[in-house]
Amino acid sequence: MNMMHVRATVNGDAVEFVCDPRETMLDVLRDRLALTGAKEGCGTGDCGACSITVDGAVVCGCLMLAAEAEGAEIGTVEGISEGGELHALQENFLKHAALQCGICTPGILVAAKALLEENPDPTDTEIRYWLAGNLCRCTGYDKIVRAVSDAAAEMRENG
Amino acid sequence: MVDVLLWGSLRPFADGEETVSVEAATVGEVLNGLVRAHPGLKPHIDAGVSVAVDGRIISSSLGEPVGPDSEVVLMQRLKGG
Amino acid sequence: MMALDETTAREFKVVGTRPVRPDGVDKVTGRARFGADAYAPGMLHGAVLRSPHAHARIVRIDASAAEAMPEVKAIVTQADFAEGLSGENRNVLENIMAGERALYDGHAVAAVAATTAFAARDALKRIEVEYEVLPHVTDVDEAMKEDAPVVRDGAADASVPDGMHPNVVRYHENGHGDVEAGFATADLVIEERFRTEAAHQGYIEPHACLAQLGPDGKGELWCCTQGHFVAGKICASLLGIDASQLRVTASEIGGGFGGKTTVFIEPVALALSRKANRPVKIVMSRAEVFRATGPTSSASMDVRIGMKKDGTITAGEGVFRLQGGAFPGAPMEFSAMCAFAPYDLENVRCIGWDVICNRPKQAAYRAPGSPMGAFAVESVIDELCNRLGLDPIEVRLKNAAREGTRAAFGPRYPRIGLVETLEAARAHAHYSAPLEPGQGRGVSCGFWFNHAGETAVSLALAEDGTVSLSVGTPDIGGSRASMCQMAAEALGISYDKIRTTVADTATLGYNDVSHGSRVTYASGLATIKAAEDTVDKLCARAAAEWGIDRDAVVWEDGHARPAGPNAGEFEPVSLARIASRMGRTGGPIVGHFEATPEGAGVSFATHLVDAEVDPETGATKVVRYTVVQDAGKAIHPSYVEGQFQGGAAQGIGWALNEEYIYGEDGRLQNPGFLDYRIPVASDLPMIDTVIVEVPNPGHPYGVRGVGETSICPPLAAIANAVSNAAGVRLCELPMSPPRILKALDAEADG
Repeated sequence: MNMMHVRATVNGDAVEFVCDPRETMLDVLRDRLALTGAKEGCGTGDCGACSITVDGAVVCGCLMLAAEAEGAEIGTVEGISEGGELHALQENFLKHAALQCGICTPGILVAAKALLEENPDPTDTEIRYWLAGNLCRCTGYDKIVRAVSDAAAEMRENG
Repeated sequence: MVDVLLWGSLRPFADGEETVSVEAATVGEVLNGLVRAHPGLKPHIDAGVSVAVDGRIISSSLGEPVGPDSEVVLMQRLKGG
Repeated sequence: MMALDETTAREFKVVGTRPVRPDGVDKVTGRARFGADAYAPGMLHGAVLRSPHAHARIVRIDASAAEAMPEVKAIVTQADFAEGLSGENRNVLENIMAGERALYDGHAVAAVAATTAFAARDALKRIEVEYEVLPHVTDVDEAMKEDAPVVRDGAADASVPDGMHPNVVRYHENGHGDVEAGFATADLVIEERFRTEAAHQGYIEPHACLAQLGPDGKGELWCCTQGHFVAGKICASLLGIDASQLRVTASEIGGGFGGKTTVFIEPVALALSRKANRPVKIVMSRAEVFRATGPTSSASMDVRIGMKKDGTITAGEGVFRLQGGAFPGAPMEFSAMCAFAPYDLENVRCIGWDVICNRPKQAAYRAPGSPMGAFAVESVIDELCNRLGLDPIEVRLKNAAREGTRAAFGPRYPRIGLVETLEAARAHAHYSAPLEPGQGRGVSCGFWFNHAGETAVSLALAEDGTVSLSVGTPDIGGSRASMCQMAAEALGISYDKIRTTVADTATLGYNDVSHGSRVTYASGLATIKAAEDTVDKLCARAAAEWGIDRDAVVWEDGHARPAGPNAGEFEPVSLARIASRMGRTGGPIVGHFEATPEGAGVSFATHLVDAEVDPETGATKVVRYTVVQDAGKAIHPSYVEGQFQGGAAQGIGWALNEEYIYGEDGRLQNPGFLDYRIPVASDLPMIDTVIVEVPNPGHPYGVRGVGETSICPPLAAIANAVSNAAGVRLCELPMSPPRILKALDAEADG
């Protein structure tokens, strides 16, 4: 199959890659760009472990063909912290023990960050519905909801 | 002699006895004694068993001591998720 | 939290605090490396061909068209594995690669390795398999009937009484007293039949591995597993190589819950690698995970309990029929042993039947067998309480097992914490909160044994006074944090001076799997003992320096000190100071522990649930949930709470939504997260937790395991809440809307 040449931005860095037209964005991030933070839990858009942002919108990386990324701005978990500082969400996930195995964490952080950009003061119910596409089998979500809520409060305080 | 309580479905292999008395000072000797007394128990013991000694469940260590007054109960081998 | 005896009255400095886990930053930044995150130069991609039939004879496999593809570098079938295996190794091989017959939908029949994942998948389509389709059975009750298709002949062991169908492969019985005499003294006897469907462990990370095996029999395996030592041992047997020549490294593991205690693709990747002499990576798809890895057993159960008007249980009897797929091993003995474990009964009798079906081989799932048994028994107790007008917690307290009670599974209990969990549940605000119309409240107790197993730990000092702790139990839910805490406590240094690593199989003694809620207990005990061994060596160095006896030196707050005035006057010397000079005072200082500890403490929990049922749609919502469980001692309370909450959430899924659905053709109808629906964030309420601490005398700090007991009560607690809300007893799981509507209709029809 003819390979395709794609130019995009990932976490602010310009990238260029060639890919099989059947390859997903998730495949390319992991196998060609060495960004293995996004995980494949199902490959069918049901679990959200591969959540990334494409031009600001949360997308399942497994449902997007890499060839569609031409000119797009992609964001992954690797781009959440800036410089040496962890993001408030990351800090609060650690503080609240909001992860056990950690496989869903990258996708949940990407989705939660997008939530707080759109709604800086979500209710617990809004957090639960926003994250309903991100499966976690370990925690029962309790500590995740608390971590997102506290991160939001901290971010509002720090402006 | 130590009295060893068997679980119900083992009793047909011990002439219907609920309790078997064996000469033993360790868990390993308990198991050997059971097989000597009732060879039909061998495949079940070989498949893996735990031994409770005075309420303490010994999952594998054959060297654990057993006293003459110890309450010894044979149990299915434990496993977990 | 409650400190209930002198073991926890001890003052801890680090144990019981909530530090950030050592692997935390890696896990929130995407750096942590899980099973599928490994790559190797020259790596091939493996893929597995699976049977589309529930039961079929494999007449012929023609792989010539696939072999002709230039991208394809190896193809394997069962012929490429060791011959002459016996016992469980034989079953594992037969399960990961079919021999003469495919025994379930999804059973592996061949595998390929190719230069790309696309080519590997294309190659699978070019392998021709001729099947002779055979009759199948997927239901446990059907499989026991006289005319049921025989799944595998000769699979039964000696425990099975004569005259049973060949699909019945093991029999178990336990109990004591005279149940018929007990029933005769009861004021009310209730007998009910219950069914639960198979639930999958549902870890979000599919099985993944990267294997390299050379023609010299030396290999490397990277995989997500709950036990890399056991995985290595089984792989070596299946490949016919020496265990010590296969170095296995455990990746970070994206959930296991028992489902990653065995092997599936790992031996296949090794066999492909040996044939191609190149590294091979295999990553399962989600559909493969559902079709071919272990769900838990499905169950059919009859429970009969007699009670007096004052709530005394006079007798209990249970029959537990579990199917565990096409191989023996359904944990029916644990259903039988655990179901009545919370109660002090004079007369109790439990029977278990292990039945094989044309389904994937069951794998352990969190307290295997216990949740189903508890569902049946605790439902009948609830119904008795309802009909006799008794309070469900008071009745449970009246009959509760205590220290000295003879358990239904035989021995007398040592110190246990069931009563404390019931009392804490009764005192919790949840239990007295008013219910809204349409809501019901459910209570259930649950029990699990907990396990110890072979354990080796090594603790090495660095010259700067920091500590490298090597354990052999993969960290599924934060255990490296609790190991650092226990080592810090025992050494008297700070938490952040310690790094805990899950060592590979070449660098540490053999370790049993991370299962049976054993890690904090057994690796924790081993860590404390290794720290004490280190302290002993540190004291000896100080003693030699001071020219006094070892016995004249004590260890306090991270310093060696003279034991008393008679020992002489010396300034206390710190761990860091001794470590900085160790090269010149006798060499490296390393503490060890290698043993099979035998002191795991059993644990109990009591759960409270409020549920709301919509009689129009049959939909159920859990509106409030409280977990009360005896942890012995919570080393890191946040992760203990996390285990409580996670067990409850999985129980909610199993009770309300999750089930394996097989069609008439014996094929799994819902092998994906869309149709096999695990709870999502918007389905659940906050899950309140109460940590009870009744110390386990078998652990230096009192630890009992916590990971499994939390899934024992939920099925019954939720069924009791839903039954009380709906006004009709629900005896079949999951309580999906169609089943609830059916039960409501049947009740309305009288």
